[in-house]
Amino acid sequence: MTGFLARRLANYVLLCLAATFLAFALGSLTFSPLGQLQGRNPAPPASVIAAKRAELHLDEPIPARFVAWMGGVVHGDFGSTITGQPITDELGARAGVSLRLFALGTVLGIAVGVLVGVASAIRQYKASDYAATLFSFLVLSTPVFLIGTLLKFGGLRLNEAAGSTVLYYTGEFSPGFQGGWWAALADRLSHLVLPTLAIALSQIALYSRYQRSAMLDVLGSDFLRTAQAKGLTRRRALFKHGLRTALIPMATLFAFGFGLLITGGVFTERIFGWYGMGDWFIYGVQQNDTNIVATVTLFVAVLVLFSGWLSDVLYAALDPRIRL
Amino acid sequence: MTDHVTEPVLSVDDLTVSFPSEQGRVTAVRGLSYRVSPGEVLGIVGESGSGKSVSSMAVMGLLPPQAKVTGSIRFQGRELLGRSDVELSQIRGRRISMIFQDPLSALTPVYTVGDQVAEALLVHGAQSRQAASARAVELLDLVGIPGAARRAKSFPHEFSGGMRQRVVIAMAIANDPDLIIADEPTTALDVTVQAQVLAVLATAREVTGAGIVLITHDLGVVAGLADRVQVMYAGRTVETAPVDEIFYHPRMPYTRGLLASIPRLDTGPRQPLIPIEGQPPSLVSLGPGCPFAPRCLLVIDHCLTTEPDLAPVSDTQRSACHRSGEAAPPAPLVSGVECYNTVSHSRVVLRVEHLVRHYPVRKGAILRRQVGTVRAVDDISFELREQETLGLVGESGCGKTSALMEILNLAAPAHGRIEVLGTDVSALDRRRRMQLRRDLQVVFQDPIASLDPRLPVFDVLAEPLRAHGVATTEIRRQVPELLRMVGLRPEHAGRYPAEFSGGQRQRIGIARALALEPKVLVLDEPVSALDVSIQAGVLNLLSELQTRLGLALLFVAHDLAVVRHIADRVAVMYLGKIVEIGPINAVYTGPQHPYTQALLSAIPIPDPAKERARERILLTGDLPSPADVPSGCRFRTRCLRYAALTPGLQSRCEQEEPAREQRGEDGHESACHYATAHAVL
Repeated sequence: MTGFLARRLANYVLLCLAATFLAFALGSLTFSPLGQLQGRNPAPPASVIAAKRAELHLDEPIPARFVAWMGGVVHGDFGSTITGQPITDELGARAGVSLRLFALGTVLGIAVGVLVGVASAIRQYKASDYAATLFSFLVLSTPVFLIGTLLKFGGLRLNEAAGSTVLYYTGEFSPGFQGGWWAALADRLSHLVLPTLAIALSQIALYSRYQRSAMLDVLGSDFLRTAQAKGLTRRRALFKHGLRTALIPMATLFAFGFGLLITGGVFTERIFGWYGMGDWFIYGVQQNDTNIVATVTLFVAVLVLFSGWLSDVLYAALDPRIRL
Repeated sequence: MTDHVTEPVLSVDDLTVSFPSEQGRVTAVRGLSYRVSPGEVLGIVGESGSGKSVSSMAVMGLLPPQAKVTGSIRFQGRELLGRSDVELSQIRGRRISMIFQDPLSALTPVYTVGDQVAEALLVHGAQSRQAASARAVELLDLVGIPGAARRAKSFPHEFSGGMRQRVVIAMAIANDPDLIIADEPTTALDVTVQAQVLAVLATAREVTGAGIVLITHDLGVVAGLADRVQVMYAGRTVETAPVDEIFYHPRMPYTRGLLASIPRLDTGPRQPLIPIEGQPPSLVSLGPGCPFAPRCLLVIDHCLTTEPDLAPVSDTQRSACHRSGEAAPPAPLVSGVECYNTVSHSRVVLRVEHLVRHYPVRKGAILRRQVGTVRAVDDISFELREQETLGLVGESGCGKTSALMEILNLAAPAHGRIEVLGTDVSALDRRRRMQLRRDLQVVFQDPIASLDPRLPVFDVLAEPLRAHGVATTEIRRQVPELLRMVGLRPEHAGRYPAEFSGGQRQRIGIARALALEPKVLVLDEPVSALDVSIQAGVLNLLSELQTRLGLALLFVAHDLAVVRHIADRVAVMYLGKIVEIGPINAVYTGPQHPYTQALLSAIPIPDPAKERARERILLTGDLPSPADVPSGCRFRTRCLRYAALTPGLQSRCEQEEPAREQRGEDGHESACHYATAHAVL
C-alpha cells in the first residue's frame, strides 16, 4: 500500500511538471510583456527596453527559461513578476486568502450537501425532496456572479434593516480595525458570512444531487434489510450501514471539488473583494506575466493531484474492498 | 415439544398485502393464514410471485412504506401489525430473526463480519463491546466458520457465498430467537454448500429451539427439513399439510402439478415431465374464480365462478380445491415425449481434446506483472455425437462456462484441439468459420438479458438468418415456422421481448438458436432462471426438438436432476478438470469419483421418506480458488476418501494427478486413484 501510494506520488510530480511547462510555454509564446513598456508615451529609450528584455531573459529559448525558473522553484523561489516583485511572498499571501475563504464554505457545502442528499433520498418523491431538487437546479443554473451579487444585495438590505453593518461584503476584515482578539475574529466572521454562503450554496446544490442518487442506490440494498432484521431501527440502519456505504463514491468528488474550488472561485473573490489565487491568475494574464501564470498553474496542478491522491487514500480508508 | 397443546409462536390471520403499481394495485398476498408452533419447521412453497416472500417480510415489518398491510400477525400472542418501527426493532433480531436469499449482498461491505454479528448482540443487550465480540466469535464457530477468531476480523468480500450465509445464520441465532424466517436460504448457493448450510440450519433449530419458517421453491429442500408444508399460489395458501401428506397425497392440482413437473434425481432418465401449462395470473386484476383454473387439468365450471376456500380434507390436511373431496384424481394426460436415443455409433460432431484455458492474474497499476494463473479449464477432453445430449455439470467456478466460451469461439485454443463436425477449428479462415457458426448455436442462461429489448421477436429471429444472407422472402416464411416449433404463435412475431414471460423468452432464445438449423446446440444453464413449472415445459421442448431435428446438445447445468432428465451422458467438472464422465445411468447409479458421489448425495430429493433415510456425504469447506490449485489430485482438500486413507496411501493423491481411466462399461471414466463405485441415491 505504501509502495503504491509512493509510486502514485512520483507519477504526480511528472504530471505537475508537464502541466506547468505547458502553461509556461503558452504564456511565453502569447504574452508580450514588453508591450506595456513599448506602448508608453513618450516611448522609453531602446536601452531601457533592451534592459527589461535581458532582465526577463526573453532572448533565451522557452525550455531554457523554464528550466531556469523551475530551478528556482525547487529552491522555493518562484521568480519575480515583470514589475520585479518576488512571487514567493505574494504566493503565500494569496494562498492564505483563498484557503481562509474556501475552507469554511467547502466544509459547510459538503456537510449540508450530504445531509440534504440523504434526506431527499429517504423522503424520495415527498415535498421536501421536490423542494431540495428545485433548490439544486435553481442554484446550479444560476451563474455564480449572479448569486454573489444577489447575496451582496441581500446583505445590504439586512444592514439597512438592522440600522448598522451586520454583514460586510468587501474584503477579509475592516481596514484599520482596532480591538481585541475576539473582536477581530467577530469582524472577520462577519466578513466571511456572505462569501461562504456563495460558495456553500452551489456546493450544497451539487453534492446533494450526487449524494441523493448514491443513497438511493443503497436504500434498496439487502444489507440494509439485514441490519433492520438484526434489530436496528430504520433510522439507525440508514445512518450506520446505509450512509457509510453511500459516502464511498462521494470521496473522490469531495477531494477534487476542494482542489478545483480554490482556483475556480474567481468570481467569488472578485465580487467580495478577496484577493486570492483566482484573482491573481486573472491579474497575471492581464499583466502578460508568464511567471504568475505558471506559478498559479503549478499551484493548481499540485492541489488537483494532491486531491486525487487524497481521494485514493480516502477510498482505501472507507472501503475495505479496495486494496491498493 | 411438550404434551399439552402448545401456543403457536406465530399466528398469521387473513393477511393481505398490496402495493401500488403502474397497472393498478397489486395484491401480492390475499388473505393468508397460518400458524407456526415452537420448534416446528413450516415450509412455504411457491413459485415467484406467489407472495411467499412478501408475507414473511410483512411478519418482519420490513415492507416498504407504500405497502398496505391488513389482517393480523400475532407473535407469542402479541399483535405485530401497526406497531412502530422502534417497537418492532425490539423484537426483530431478538425474538424473530431472518435469513435472506442472497448472502452476497446481505452483509454490509464496510464492516467486519465479527462486528456485524456483535452488533446484533449490542442492539439488544447491555453487554460490553468485548463480551459481544467474544460471543460473536463463538457464534461464528458454531455455524462452522474455521478459524473463527481470526476470520471475525475479515470483511464480507473475503468470504465465499456459503460462508457469508453462515455469518447471516450466526447473526440470526445470536439472540436465541423464538422464530427464524429463512427466505430461500440456499437458492443462491451451490449444492454441496447448500447441504452444508441446511445442516447448519438444522443445528440452529436444535440450539435455539425456535420455530422456523422455511420459504423455498425447491421441494427437495422442504422434503428434508420441514415438518409441515404450505403451498402458495397467487397470494394464497392452496394446500397445507404435514410434509408426508403433501408429497404422497397431494389434493390440490397445483401441488400435484408442481410435484410432477420437477425433474428428479431418483428416477430414470428421460421420464417425460408434466409441465403446468400457462402462466401464473397477474395479481392486478384477478377474476372471481380459482386463480389456478386457467392452468388446471381438472377444471370444472364451478371453478371459473367461485374461488374455493381452504377446506379440510382430513384431520391434518387442508386444500383449496372444489374437487379435493373426490377420491382418486385422474392421471393427467401426457403428450408423449418418447426420446430414447441410440447414439453409440453415430458420428462425432464435437470433439474436444486436452482443452486448456488459463487466465493470467495481474497486479500493479503501471507496471503490470503476472502474479498467478487462474486455471479455469485445465486439460479437458470429451466427445459429443450426433443426436446425443452431453450434460456438463459442476459447481460455480469449476470452468463449465469457460469451456463453453472456448468452444464457441471457434478459434485455436491456447492448448489442445477443438473439432467441430470433423473440422479442426484452428485451421479455419474467416469465411469457413462463419459457415461453421451456422452449425454451432447457443442458448444462454438469462432469457431476459440475452434478448435485445428493442427488437421485436421477428427481428430477433430474423437476425441470424440475415447475417447469413438468407433471402427476405425466405425469412418471412421461416420465422412463423420457428415460432410454432418452440410452442409460440406466429402472431407473436410483432411483440417485444418484455411482453413475454421468462419461459416464453427462453423459447424465443431457443428459436433464435435453431433459426440456422444447427447440428450442435450449446445450452448454458438454459432453465436455471425459470420456475419449476415453466422449466418442465422448456425441458420437454428441448427433448422433443432434439428427436425431431437430430440435434446434438451440449447442456451445461449445475442442477444434476435436470441433467439426469435430459442427458444421455454426463461429464462432471471440478476445478477445471473432468473428474468423471460416462453414460447417465452408470454415473448416477454407480458414481466412482468421490466428488460425484458427494455432489449427488448433496441434492435433496423431493420425497420425505427417502430424504430422511438418506445418509449425506457432506463435503467440508469451499471450492479452492482456481488460481491456487492443490497439488496432485485437486479434489483431495475436500475429499472424504482421501481423509480416510492411511498416510502412505495419501501421498499418492498429494503427488500424482490422477488420470481419467475407464472403470466401467460404455466409456464410464473417472479420475481418482482409489475410485470405487458407491451408490448414493
